[in-house]
Amino acid sequence: MSFSLATRWCDAPLMRRVLQFKGYRRKIQSCNNMTYTLFRHRWMKRLPVFSSGLKMASTQTDTIDLSKFPVDRIRNFCIIAHIDHGKSTLADRLLEMTGAIVKTQKNKQVLDKLQVERERGITVKAQTASLIYSHQGQQYLLNLIDTPGHVDFSYEVSRSISACQGVLLIVDANQGIQAQTVANFYLAFEAQLAIIPVINKIDLKNADPERVASQIEKVFDIPCNECIRISAKLGTNVEAVLQAVVDRIPPPVASIDDPFKALVFDSNFDHYRGVVANIAVFGGRVRKGDRIVSAYLGKSYEVNELGILRPDEHPTQKLFAGQVGYMVTGMKDVKEAQIGDTLYLKEQPVETLPGFKPAKAMVFAGMFPTDQSDYPGLRSAIERLTLNDSSVTVQRDSSMALGAGWRLGFLGLLHMEVFNQRLEQEYNASVIVTAPTVPYKAVLSSPRLIKEHGSKEITIVNPAQFPDRSVVSEYLEPMVLGTILSPDSYTGKIMSLCLNRRGIQKNMVYIDDKRVMMKYLFPLNEIVVDFYDLLKSLSSGYASFDYENAGYQAADLIKMNILLNGQPVEELITIVHRGRAYSAGKAMCERLQDSIPRQMFEIAVQASIGSKVIARETIKAYRKNVLAKCYGGDITRKMKLLKKQAEGKKKMRLIGNVEVPKDAFINVLKRKDK
Amino acid sequence: MFVYGTYRRISDPFCNNSLTNSLIRVIKHLDMHHNYILNRKSPSSSLPLLQWPYCLRRCSYCNFNKYISREDNDHIMTECIQRETETLLRLSQVSCITSVFFGGGTPSLAHPSTIAAVLQTVSRWARLSDKAEVTLEVNPTPVGKSKLEDYCRAGVNRFSIGVQSLQDEDLKILGRDHSSHQALQTVEEARRLCPGRVSVDVMFGRPKQSVESWENELSELLRVCDDHVSLYQLTLERGTRLFKQVLGGEVTVPAEDVTAEMYRCARRTLQQRGFLQYEVSNFARHKAASHHNTSYWKGRQYIGVGPGAHGRFVPLGEGGVHREARTQTLEPDVWIREVRQRGHGTRRRIQLGHLELLEEVLVMGLRMTDGINHEHWEMFSPHLGLREVFGTSREVQELLQSGQLILDDRGLRCSWDGLVLLDSMLPALLVELERQIGPSLQRDHHTDGSPH
Repeated sequence: MSFSLATRWCDAPLMRRVLQFKGYRRKIQSCNNMTYTLFRHRWMKRLPVFSSGLKMASTQTDTIDLSKFPVDRIRNFCIIAHIDHGKSTLADRLLEMTGAIVKTQKNKQVLDKLQVERERGITVKAQTASLIYSHQGQQYLLNLIDTPGHVDFSYEVSRSISACQGVLLIVDANQGIQAQTVANFYLAFEAQLAIIPVINKIDLKNADPERVASQIEKVFDIPCNECIRISAKLGTNVEAVLQAVVDRIPPPVASIDDPFKALVFDSNFDHYRGVVANIAVFGGRVRKGDRIVSAYLGKSYEVNELGILRPDEHPTQKLFAGQVGYMVTGMKDVKEAQIGDTLYLKEQPVETLPGFKPAKAMVFAGMFPTDQSDYPGLRSAIERLTLNDSSVTVQRDSSMALGAGWRLGFLGLLHMEVFNQRLEQEYNASVIVTAPTVPYKAVLSSPRLIKEHGSKEITIVNPAQFPDRSVVSEYLEPMVLGTILSPDSYTGKIMSLCLNRRGIQKNMVYIDDKRVMMKYLFPLNEIVVDFYDLLKSLSSGYASFDYENAGYQAADLIKMNILLNGQPVEELITIVHRGRAYSAGKAMCERLQDSIPRQMFEIAVQASIGSKVIARETIKAYRKNVLAKCYGGDITRKMKLLKKQAEGKKKMRLIGNVEVPKDAFINVLKRKDK
Repeated sequence: MFVYGTYRRISDPFCNNSLTNSLIRVIKHLDMHHNYILNRKSPSSSLPLLQWPYCLRRCSYCNFNKYISREDNDHIMTECIQRETETLLRLSQVSCITSVFFGGGTPSLAHPSTIAAVLQTVSRWARLSDKAEVTLEVNPTPVGKSKLEDYCRAGVNRFSIGVQSLQDEDLKILGRDHSSHQALQTVEEARRLCPGRVSVDVMFGRPKQSVESWENELSELLRVCDDHVSLYQLTLERGTRLFKQVLGGEVTVPAEDVTAEMYRCARRTLQQRGFLQYEVSNFARHKAASHHNTSYWKGRQYIGVGPGAHGRFVPLGEGGVHREARTQTLEPDVWIREVRQRGHGTRRRIQLGHLELLEEVLVMGLRMTDGINHEHWEMFSPHLGLREVFGTSREVQELLQSGQLILDDRGLRCSWDGLVLLDSMLPALLVELERQIGPSLQRDHHTDGSPH
């Protein structure tokens, strides 16, 4: 197994998801009070470790001689698990046991640095920690690359995995295999990594490691006896995990004698030092002061600083083949630090590594500043966030109702939520997010249009650009293969929910005597809004769900217009499946009816397809709207109220003669409150 | 309490103009009748301005500035009201008072000698004509009724009686302390004392009320009432007991469409019985319209005396030339302290600019069925007539075409159907007014600086 895995990774399905996070919000730990203010100084934030952070670390230069670790004493691995199965807790124990951090009660999810990560109990941004572990008299350098558990972030996962040769697959001894466990397993399996199953939480009262081990054997075909049974919380048997990492995971294939060659697998932006790139060294060595070249840009840079992450930055003089670390080169613009880029020494060009295919956005949503004067602030916040998350696609958008904004593409719903939350928490930005949509495709039939677009098949992100049926031979919608794991008592309810969402059952197996695993083919559009919430509530929280991309399929799609007194509202054009048009139209009309105030005339709120009206609600005219009494003392208050209404009137969007407040658009367009 | 009076020197509608301009107009309008008003309010009015801040109990729907008195402090209140009346009359330099209104709280809790003392103070500092309208709000309780005659002797010549409802059960829900029988008796006594000068307040949109029961109730009331009726829709005010009850589902109030129907029926019935509507909630026959209240809607100046009272006047006494919106301190105890210390309890003074004044003239004027006539508007806006301000707006044109608004040789007013929807039309009119007046202010300013 070698670093060439990167190639394979690009082909692995990136788009999967589990929305397991909701039930597991966590109280923020004490040190989290500082999260917001310290965000821009991520290396300083972690208190228990090197308490004075970078400065102190840089003074104790090179206490570690990395040359002592030839390739065969290096192991690169990551931990993958379903949410809350204990991945980050195990990471904490591994860090403690190898002396990377001081052992204290406070070490809780040390690698989860972002506020959103701690609040939701998930990992969003992959982190790296180099551990020094003594085994049978030998010192080993174990590079733990902590990955986002959620498969919305499988782009992050796959980047991390590209630097690994093995994975620890954690399964909760109580909950057993969950949807995300399955997804994660296949991700690692397809990458041909060594997989070490770890059954965690054996200290729990209801733990049943035997049952879980047999589930693992049945579903993943890994013999029962290969499972390591631990309690990460108590530290029970964690030593065995470290031993297994050394024994069962192969060392990276890389030679120190080759010319220097490194893969940029992640990058962060630091306000003082510029771009901090996370690199995996595939060959040779690099030292401080070397001049290196980015294969992507052809530009050369000087290595200002480099080191390993333990998990804080620990500067060293050199990095050697097989090692993983960070590098500061004076890149000032994150666009320079292309993830997947190959770095090599000036004068010693190498064949570039395969890199990564850009992640494909599958969920799109409009994002607009609540107040248009916040536009520049929001723009720079989005720019900064996308620096660290290149998987978000950004397109400028503008809406007559909501003003100037963006249409952002995300890998999945959780990805979108986390992005929003980070915008709000880290940049204090207040945004309106519209209901998510998925990218449809149309196969054009008109030669003129084909010529115009340069291809027969076009992708439609904005519903207003949906081409007419007459110039299209076929519409296509994105599909996903969903995996649902649940106790069998909920099977009936789940099946009817799936059916209702145009799901087609592909498979159903019992993974033990009580739990069932179902596979369904869904249109992505059907699960993108509230499917997971419904699934969770009808199964009392026991069902888990995950999905992966399954290409496009022909679908009977139509464009639905919303009319106010016969005038179409451009912002509200929606693409729907014909079979769902009525219910979608009715729901939109109802929401509009509730949010447009009565006016002096009756307002017809209609949903139409072509010229055919499929749903209608009526906003009745005011029959009386005058304050009963108005004498001396009432005047001030009355005037204030009227002035406010007059001001509001200036901000109304006029559709025909109907005044529509911005709030009405927000109510209809935004995601429903959970 | 309110007083109408004749102006001495400056007519405030022109305060915003350059000195030369205003002097000319002062001369031109010196002979015009301008009015001053002293404090007033009605029992179900929604902003606190009152003469007598005390009530025996709290009505469930009332968010007014009122206090349940713990001790007898009549003489202190009397002293302070006299003192503040004196201060504000001097400040306004009003010369002749044409109306006084005693509002509440429950002013009929005040001793008749208090009313007499206050009226004496008024006449000491300004001319109080024999014909001046002096109104007192009355709670129709046996105690209130028994004092009516003494109030008349003290100088009151018009009563406004808070009947509210003729259903005893409803009066209980509303938290009123009288019965319908007592109300009818009070009305009868008041009519005996001041024939043709008694008004009744009645409320619709009450919990559980139906259109039919409202029609019956109104007919019953019209059999016994005098020549003036004020019609109020119950409004749920935040913070009141009733508001909480409705929010909590204990009590339901009629839906919007039902109250609209109640209002429609009432207007029709009153018209059939010879009561002319002269304002959104006021109806009179035999020309019994309240002189005092009409002054508000015509944008005249008034002085408010008492805790929480509001006033609008130019403080000529200290050299002021702009009309001010003034509010007196709310809490009676604090107000008393302030009046004793500095002669008045004015808490807030806001100067009204040209646009703000016109906005009030527009909003208040359109509440009257007669609307705003051209001469009246010109007093406040000599440069821009009604047609110039509103004639070009597309939205106003639509309102005119739909027949809800009328702009003709008389002036600007709502049609019979349009009056019901006034609050939907006002924002559009205000937007237009601001658009037209905004730049003209600049022009005025410019002429101001030009040498001539």
